[in-house]
Amino acid sequence: MISASAIRWVLKPAVFVAALGPVGWLVWAGLTGHLSANPLSDLTNETGLWALRFICITLAITPFRRLTGWHAAIRFRRMTGLFAFFYGSLHFLTYVIADRFAGLDFPDGIVAWSTVVNLAVSVGDDIYKRPFITIGFTTLMLLLPLAVTSTAGWIRRLGGKQWQALHRLIYVAALTAILHYWWLVKADLTSPQRYALVVGALLMFRLVWARSRASAPVRQKSATT
Amino acid sequence: MLIKHPSDIRSSEITDQKLYANRREFIMAAGAAAGAALLSGANRVLHAAGQPAPHGRKLDGVIKSPFSAAVGDEKVNTWEQITTYNNFYEFGTEKESPSMYAKALKTEPWRVRVDGECAKPGDYHIDDILKGQTLEERVYRLRCVEAWSMVVPWIGFPLSNFVKRVEPTAKAKFIEFNTLADPSQMVGVRSPVLRWPYTEALRLDEAMHPLAILAVGLYGEEMPKQDGAPIRLIVPWKYGFKSAKSIVRIRFTERQPLNSWQESQPSEYGFYSNVNPAVDHPRWTQATERRIGEFFRRKTLMFNGYADQVASLYSGMDLKRNY
Ligand code: HEM
Repeated sequence: MISASAIRWVLKPAVFVAALGPVGWLVWAGLTGHLSANPLSDLTNETGLWALRFICITLAITPFRRLTGWHAAIRFRRMTGLFAFFYGSLHFLTYVIADRFAGLDFPDGIVAWSTVVNLAVSVGDDIYKRPFITIGFTTLMLLLPLAVTSTAGWIRRLGGKQWQALHRLIYVAALTAILHYWWLVKADLTSPQRYALVVGALLMFRLVWARSRASAPVRQKSATT
Repeated sequence: MLIKHPSDIRSSEITDQKLYANRREFIMAAGAAAGAALLSGANRVLHAAGQPAPHGRKLDGVIKSPFSAAVGDEKVNTWEQITTYNNFYEFGTEKESPSMYAKALKTEPWRVRVDGECAKPGDYHIDDILKGQTLEERVYRLRCVEAWSMVVPWIGFPLSNFVKRVEPTAKAKFIEFNTLADPSQMVGVRSPVLRWPYTEALRLDEAMHPLAILAVGLYGEEMPKQDGAPIRLIVPWKYGFKSAKSIVRIRFTERQPLNSWQESQPSEYGFYSNVNPAVDHPRWTQATERRIGEFFRRKTLMFNGYADQVASLYSGMDLKRNY
């Protein structure tokens, strides 16, 4: 077993740095011309993919803990969840800048109040008009309250039960994220299908686990030794 | 005796053992899956920029064409941009896939089958198709339906020259193009993302328009494979997917053909697919576009800026319905 202090002082910082890898790489590649001929689109796509991957990783922690019996895995869940939100926010930001801001007219110059208003209208219109954007935005809005209430203070304030109930929203967010991906793909559904399988398996695990626990309470007890 | 007789083992132990094995298997499988995902991610990341095409044979006797776009402040895109950022699903659906996999395409010998409603059907060798044609450089805008665009210095000749030569009959109303679909050379054809062979068609009067060309090169050199070697269509006032690449068949028909994209998503891709900023695709706004290499988006122009030349082809038509 890994000691609590090793987790706290070695493993967690290592995971934290690794989780910053993708954004570090994107910045480096963007500045040195290692992205494609359409780097702005790469930034949007890659941050979106990493948001989805961190949703999957976060959902995998409980099954991993159950199957390996390594309960300390739970200590990484807040971090991976927050990274899902982090990459989701970066993704949204790249969209707002490259897709919306870059397409505005600037009747009063770029640094002007009208730019702010036009940008807000442009983003709002787009969220209203394009279904895949609507569902992507929904996903981010589902992750927002989870990120906000991820602190120990909020767990105390809400109470364990309510906090847990609220954080089940991650299941919904995983499904809407898949839908977002599914709807934006032009013809080749291979990649969204793979992620749908992963998310499906992770959610199924919970169902099966809950059911087997309900039907065999005695065995469950002895198995925890 | 220290060795347990099989019947001495309690069934619960066996279950535990199995569970243990399953756990190990699961962990190993999960580890392998995570490793594979990481590797494929790293692979993707390393190849994100794609591989520019090697330079090919210089084409002789190319003249400048009066039909080139008045480029003005619009810069011609670079060789690297034009040969690393392609939609050519026969070689995979990522933009850089064609630059990586199109090497496998064999362009010699190349024949184009001409059939349907015409007086001179047959298999035409590419040299025969090019015989007597003066190659022109046409600098055209290329607007993708995904709302990005480039400016490309194509080398080619008017499609109408070839059409006249094979003499369509009075019945011919449409002209259909097929791209090669050979799974042994084209990795993308092995999965059914679209109906193969790739099919795109024009109305015959569109095909006869002087702006429509058969292109065999760019930047003064023979066509790079990822851009549709050795011969492809260019119809600059329509979204890029209308311009079929690596053409192996041209067919004249009386009825309107069903195009591959039209078949896959009829509500999104119409027969005409003229560039039109007023008609949005359900997923990409068509009012603006990102010119590859620029930050601020450009306003998309009606018929991709070729309205003066081609609008008359569609007079009286409702372009919202005939998208
Ligand atoms: C946290 C929630 C979100 C997740 C998990 C997510 C995930 C994804 C994924 C996986 C992709 C595809 C990447 C690829 O094709 O390689 C993508 C693309 C995209 N997403 Fe999101 N997304 C989220 C939120 C949003 C939001 C809030 C917006 C905008 C309001 C948005 C707009 C887009 C756009 C514009 C694209 C690119 C589509 C294209 O290539 O044309 N997404 N997203």
